[in-house]
Amino acid sequence: MMSESLVMDAPLTAADGVPLAVKLKRQARLKQLKALGLIAPLALFLLLTFLLPIGLLLKRSVDNPEVVSVLPQTSRLLADWDQRGLPSEAVFNALAADLTRAREEKTVPELAKRLNMEISGFRSLIQRTARKMPLELAPGASVRDRFIEIDERWGDPDHWHAIARNAKSWTPYYVYSALDLRETKSGTPELAPEEERAFLKIFGRTLWMSLWVTIWCIALGYPIAYWLATLPKRQSNLLMILVLLPFWTSVLVRVAAWIVLLQSEGLINRALMGLGVIDSPLPLAFNRMGVYIAMVHILLPFIILPTYSVMKSIPATYMRAAISLGDHPFAAFWKIYFPQTVAGVAAGALLVFIMCIGYYITPALLGGPEEQMVSYFVAFYTNVTINWGMAAALGSLLLVATMTLYAVYSKLVGANRLSLG
Amino acid sequence: MLPNYASPIEHIWYWTFRLLCVLILIFLVSPLLVIAPLSFSADSFLLYPIHHFSLRWYETFFGNGEWLNALKNSFIVAPAATVLATALGTLAAVGLTSAHFPGKGVLMSILISPMVVPVVIVGVGAYLFMAPMGLTGNYLGLIMVHAALGVPFVVITVSATLRGFNVNLMKASASLGAPPLMTFRRVVLPLIAPGVISGALFAFATSFDEVVVTLFLAGPEQVTLPRQMFAGIKENISPAIAAAATVLILFSIVLLLTLEWLRGRSERIRTAKV
Amino acid sequence: MNRLKLTAALTLATLAVPAFAAKDLTVVAFGGANKEAQVAAYYQPFEKATGTKITAADYNGEMAKIKAMVEAGRPTWDVVEVESPELLRGCEEGLFEKINWAKVGNKSDFVKPAVSECGVGIFVWSTALAYNADKLKAAPASWKDFWDLKKFPGKRGLRKGAKYTLEFALLADGVPPDQVYKTLATKAGVDRAFKKLDQIKSSIQWWEAGAQPPQFLASGDVVMSSAYNGRIDAAQKEGKNLKVVWNGSVYDVDSWAVPKGSPKLKEAMDFINFASKPENQKVYSSRIAYGPTNVKAVKMIDPKVAANLPTAPANLKGALALDVGFWVEHGEELEERFNAWASR
Repeated sequence: MMSESLVMDAPLTAADGVPLAVKLKRQARLKQLKALGLIAPLALFLLLTFLLPIGLLLKRSVDNPEVVSVLPQTSRLLADWDQRGLPSEAVFNALAADLTRAREEKTVPELAKRLNMEISGFRSLIQRTARKMPLELAPGASVRDRFIEIDERWGDPDHWHAIARNAKSWTPYYVYSALDLRETKSGTPELAPEEERAFLKIFGRTLWMSLWVTIWCIALGYPIAYWLATLPKRQSNLLMILVLLPFWTSVLVRVAAWIVLLQSEGLINRALMGLGVIDSPLPLAFNRMGVYIAMVHILLPFIILPTYSVMKSIPATYMRAAISLGDHPFAAFWKIYFPQTVAGVAAGALLVFIMCIGYYITPALLGGPEEQMVSYFVAFYTNVTINWGMAAALGSLLLVATMTLYAVYSKLVGANRLSLG
Repeated sequence: MLPNYASPIEHIWYWTFRLLCVLILIFLVSPLLVIAPLSFSADSFLLYPIHHFSLRWYETFFGNGEWLNALKNSFIVAPAATVLATALGTLAAVGLTSAHFPGKGVLMSILISPMVVPVVIVGVGAYLFMAPMGLTGNYLGLIMVHAALGVPFVVITVSATLRGFNVNLMKASASLGAPPLMTFRRVVLPLIAPGVISGALFAFATSFDEVVVTLFLAGPEQVTLPRQMFAGIKENISPAIAAAATVLILFSIVLLLTLEWLRGRSERIRTAKV
Repeated sequence: MNRLKLTAALTLATLAVPAFAAKDLTVVAFGGANKEAQVAAYYQPFEKATGTKITAADYNGEMAKIKAMVEAGRPTWDVVEVESPELLRGCEEGLFEKINWAKVGNKSDFVKPAVSECGVGIFVWSTALAYNADKLKAAPASWKDFWDLKKFPGKRGLRKGAKYTLEFALLADGVPPDQVYKTLATKAGVDRAFKKLDQIKSSIQWWEAGAQPPQFLASGDVVMSSAYNGRIDAAQKEGKNLKVVWNGSVYDVDSWAVPKGSPKLKEAMDFINFASKPENQKVYSSRIAYGPTNVKAVKMIDPKVAANLPTAPANLKGALALDVGFWVEHGEELEERFNAWASR
């Protein structure tokens, strides 16, 4: 005899008669909502303090508000211009009206600054012309002739092409410039002339220096991690302090300390000269050497810590087994031990590389101009020449590079597994 | 130690390897050892050898309005940023580990991204965004962005602690009739406290050492210790910097010891036999 | 957790308040020896005389901060020391308040470049060639010597920026002082300057802050350097045997300006008035070797001090006045090109 309760054709129900599957699903959804509710404040906070500002920075790299907002009428008319010869009398009239208003509203300088990027000397052309506004004209006289009389450059179609090119609210100009490209008349990009190129080299340098710092970090970090992982716990804990202490010390402190050590009258040079190894001080600071040394010093713990924790998880018996089976210790290390650590080292190295390409402080304080990486130029354009479009474009490219690598990292390692020692 | 039957080559290798490791460790700590004594130099240049010892640079540090003000600002901004980052980060970490939902991995990556985005971009972005709102040149904007930079550390450490957390404890508490908030306060919080505190320490250290964002956002009244040191290193290196550095090194020793103590405690709790 | 949040909210609330509350007068100037002299000559006496407290801060001449806070409508800087091209450009862009000359002083009491729409000159200063007489056997006499790597082997210090550097390059290339800006205004002239700089590029150690050249010179890092004359003078007073070559120096005026919208406009003008008084300018010039802008102060200065100022007639011979108009016009593009060139 079968008891009724064992017949499985009716769905399981909870005490209140709702099917269990539905109830469970509801419960799961409730849990999800609760979880999202807990995450929401942080998400909102980051949106406001971090994501939105960066999003607006990205937008700024293609923003082109100056001509459209300061010369609205001229912009509208130039949209229909056939780009041949000089624009019509109506356009000159519109320009006169726009400049008159711009002068009242004190918006001439931003326009002048923007156009000066296109053609050197445009700034003074705009300023000088704006000062003559509003135009006083004899009845029947041509506005165009009057403009050319003020400055003959108004008779040069190139200047008009520059205005027309920027009579829209976005521009590829900054992004092109950040890649050493420039827009040809037909609108396609071409490589800028040799002497004006700079940024491709700077991007290349950023990657190159980061690569070397990463390689050095691996070369120095791996042996230390191995040593610490194989030492008895008490000793390794003690030595670990020596790794963690610099890790927790302010970067500024370490940079200052390296200056003390590396400058031409610094400790290292004095010691070497005192020992008679060298006659004149070696250039160690304010050049690439100094930047490498300090950056490796700062980033080394980021390799040591994850590698150490991977190595800790490898049982020592593996190596012993290989050796007892007749492998040479070196061969055993290479064939058995090393492969198990590769993933951990690679994760640490990728993280170091990602951090390197955004470095600013260390090269700024310990390097010369030839050591500056992309971040420096972002700061330079922001602060010194107030060319925020250019700063945004360089920053965007740097961000794209970082985020691509970070995506690879998240995919391979998982963002939540970032090791903090 | 090497076994007795090791070959001479292995002996040589063994000792070379140790020597190499010791050299690397010296490389790691030497800067800290070198700068501290200079703070006691009576000389006005940051150079060895030290001819006379004095406390004049500590007098400069603690007697000079600028350095003291910078120290004060650091102790306003960093704790405030830490509180903000810890509160938001802990809540989010609890949320992230308590349920599964689509896009969780991506969300986690985004919440952690302030750690990898180049600080200059964060600084310029925040500066251009906050300037029109008048949030530059005051404490609020600076604290908010510092908190954003510290959040990933809290999220990471708290999630890591929660992953080793036994969910049955929460169920047990609930089955005994405790409301969720009480469960959180009396059961969850004490268990994840080491993770929260170490996350908070990381967040604190991040803000306390931050200079790039400060460079963009801080006005003269908000100059922090690292910002003051940055100007000092750039303009004129005096042993006052060494004095500031020594104070900071002592401070990082305290942080480190706290963290190690927490780690030990959390390990004991986790491995304790029930 | 609730209590934590409450604490956070309270902390933030209390921190946000001081930003809007009334505060001291914030005066921002170039740091180092210059600021120290200003503190002694202007800030402290002003505090004593008026009771208004001054928050002193320094910067390196970046206009970005001023622009951002003026556009936000809430400047936190009240008085700022600016170089002439920045003053003129900022005035055009509406970043600075108009100077109320009736409040500040009599225009005719000032040297001409000190009087402008948005600024009041503080001092005349000079960027000149400097060297360490203890380390060099023969004294360099001009920028031609600066470029002579054979006669004077070793590193040279130059300011990391286009301003002054391009002028010096052209002077070294044999362009007569009165032709320098005419040459630089052409693309060929700029190319020529950069080509000249290429000759010694690998021997240049760049500096950014005015305190660096005396340090470099004293430590022997460089054999000679461009330098602000006041910093060299300060190092001389500390016993360093540094010398200035006035020939081929470029001089300019730094001015006080008030960021537009400063809530302390009245106090700012009072401060500028106070700092422009001849007796205070005299104190400043005796502390650092920059020339006063108030003609009356010139007469009060000890002749021994006056001989070291950029304004001494002997020092003006062969010197070049910075062409402000030129740098307003071309500054940004030349600085960008220079920066790209230097980092190459």
